[in-house]
Amino acid sequence: MATLQIQGLRKSFGATEVLRRIDLSLADGEMLVIVGASGCGKSTLLRLVAGLETPTGGRVLIGGRDVTALDPAARDIAMVFQNYALYPHMSVFDNMAYGLRIRGLARADIARRVEAAAALLGLEGLLGRKPRQLSGGQRQRVAMGRAIVREPKLFLFDEPLSNLDAKLRVQMRAEIRRLQRRLGVTSLYVTHDQVEAMTLGDRLLILHEGRPAQLATPLDVFERPADTYVAGFVGSPTMNFLPGRLARDGDAVALDAGPLVALPHPCAGDRVILGIRPEHLTLGGTDLTLTVDLFEPLGSETLIHGRVAGTPVVVKAAGVVAPAETVMVGVQPAHCHLFDAASGRRVESTGDMESTGNGTGNGTGNGTGIGA
Amino acid sequence: MRARPDYLAHAVLCLGVALFALPVWLVFAGSTQDSNAIMRGELSLVPDLSNLGVYARVLAHGSMGTQPVWHMLMISLGMALGVACGKIAISVLSAYAVVFFRFPCRHAAFWLIFITLMLPVEVRIMPTYAVMADFRLINTFTGLWLPLIASATATLLFRQVFTAIPDELVEAARMDGAGPLRFLRDIALPVSAANIAALFVILFVLGWNQYLWPLLVATNPDLDTIVIGIVKMIGVETETDWAAVMATAVLALLPPVVVVVAMQHWFVAGLTEGEK
Repeated sequence: MATLQIQGLRKSFGATEVLRRIDLSLADGEMLVIVGASGCGKSTLLRLVAGLETPTGGRVLIGGRDVTALDPAARDIAMVFQNYALYPHMSVFDNMAYGLRIRGLARADIARRVEAAAALLGLEGLLGRKPRQLSGGQRQRVAMGRAIVREPKLFLFDEPLSNLDAKLRVQMRAEIRRLQRRLGVTSLYVTHDQVEAMTLGDRLLILHEGRPAQLATPLDVFERPADTYVAGFVGSPTMNFLPGRLARDGDAVALDAGPLVALPHPCAGDRVILGIRPEHLTLGGTDLTLTVDLFEPLGSETLIHGRVAGTPVVVKAAGVVAPAETVMVGVQPAHCHLFDAASGRRVESTGDMESTGNGTGNGTGNGTGIGA
Repeated sequence: MRARPDYLAHAVLCLGVALFALPVWLVFAGSTQDSNAIMRGELSLVPDLSNLGVYARVLAHGSMGTQPVWHMLMISLGMALGVACGKIAISVLSAYAVVFFRFPCRHAAFWLIFITLMLPVEVRIMPTYAVMADFRLINTFTGLWLPLIASATATLLFRQVFTAIPDELVEAARMDGAGPLRFLRDIALPVSAANIAALFVILFVLGWNQYLWPLLVATNPDLDTIVIGIVKMIGVETETDWAAVMATAVLALLPPVVVVVAMQHWFVAGLTEGEK
């Protein structure tokens, strides 16, 4: 149990800069989820913390101790791999015990720790089996157990659920969260799945092309995305973006598609992008006329895919909607997000700066983007 | 699946079995018959079981003044084991170095090993003999197997095997604190056990069948391998005890068969149960 600090961490492979200046600070027991599209550098960041890669610049501190130059084994961390990386020729017990044996623990100690972890994970009856005799979910548990028995200062998860089927993933997700809370071990969790990120993390770090796009609590990220990338990444279906221009002294947006959308608070700027989530568009309004491409009835709700003056727009409507050629939708002004058209960054309304969230209480969790 | 047996397939299979088994059967049948009958070309396919004593005779005394067959079998066994184990040990280590370590000229090292494929014992026999002579290993047991243990083929094979070990497994072992030698012993070797078993079989048979090198390097009859022994037994044609030669040939066949059968269980199990 310890804090984790990452200071100015950079990594280049040859001429390619994979990570550009990452600064991070995790409180004791905090779970930070690193999320981003593939190739954004999230796995590299995890591997740098693990010591499996050597950073081009910057430092990693675990519990205040600089571990940048240390071997993975000397960092007192444990990692859960995407493919579990269980030793195929060893039994479940040996898989979990291997690291402890290398560290020279007494036989009785090893047995006690492995049995405790097995009990925690519901693996008691499987200790004698080989990995190939286990199901995907059981292998995943063994990989977790191997991490737990080491009683590390830091857990690293590298997309641990992406090889499981959807149902099991939801179940293991909750299990990982419970376990992490219960053990109180500081954790870094890498995923490309935004639902996993939202549900697991105390805070999220969204990486975009090696840069931190936003570091904030899940709700903050959802409610106050720092730029169009984050806004488009978080939430499903993805947010609609409508280009326009600020009008009426910043009180409204004149969309390129025609209509004028009033803003709840005045904003400053010129060319902007109005972001609105599909669930915040209401049928029967008067703001936009949607030319419908496709109706997707999902039972409890219906997704309506269409276009507004050439721009694709998705509407999420409750219940079942009768198909039609065009539908009129209204924009809920309170749920509009405004981004600068040139930089893509969030435009804060001039009179609305008080509600920056900080969910985790260590001061770094505000809703604005960092780095860049 | 059809219920009707496929007669054509079975016919082809039976023909194949006959092609392989008939010569062996002929040798066995011949070993139990009168040498003069064989000389006259009257080899019967029915073994004369009352003459099985020829096996005990060659095992204990040899024939035409050779060493006893059991002695030559031991020399051959030692040589084949030395060649197989030596080749595996050397090629595992060199493949391990080439795959898991980043050192200067890594690829050059690998290709150097690779081109020795073109230099089998027969090609380098003179220089190898000279080197053995310098080390005073002519007419020694060590001289029989030592020069044969470098193997580019086995190195190549282990390189492929080690390359197939997932990176994450290597990293998991690093996180667990396993150093290079521990990783080799605890993970790389057990994971490749099936391949090692398969290769051992091939190399054992290869070592067992060596003829030219033992003939050159060991002139001392005490070091005659079974293959050399059979050749020596044939000697002058009219005086050859053909029954003894054939009995020796049958005995010479047995150890490789035992190794193949024993290891077959191992590597077939390894190949089918393996998780790749």
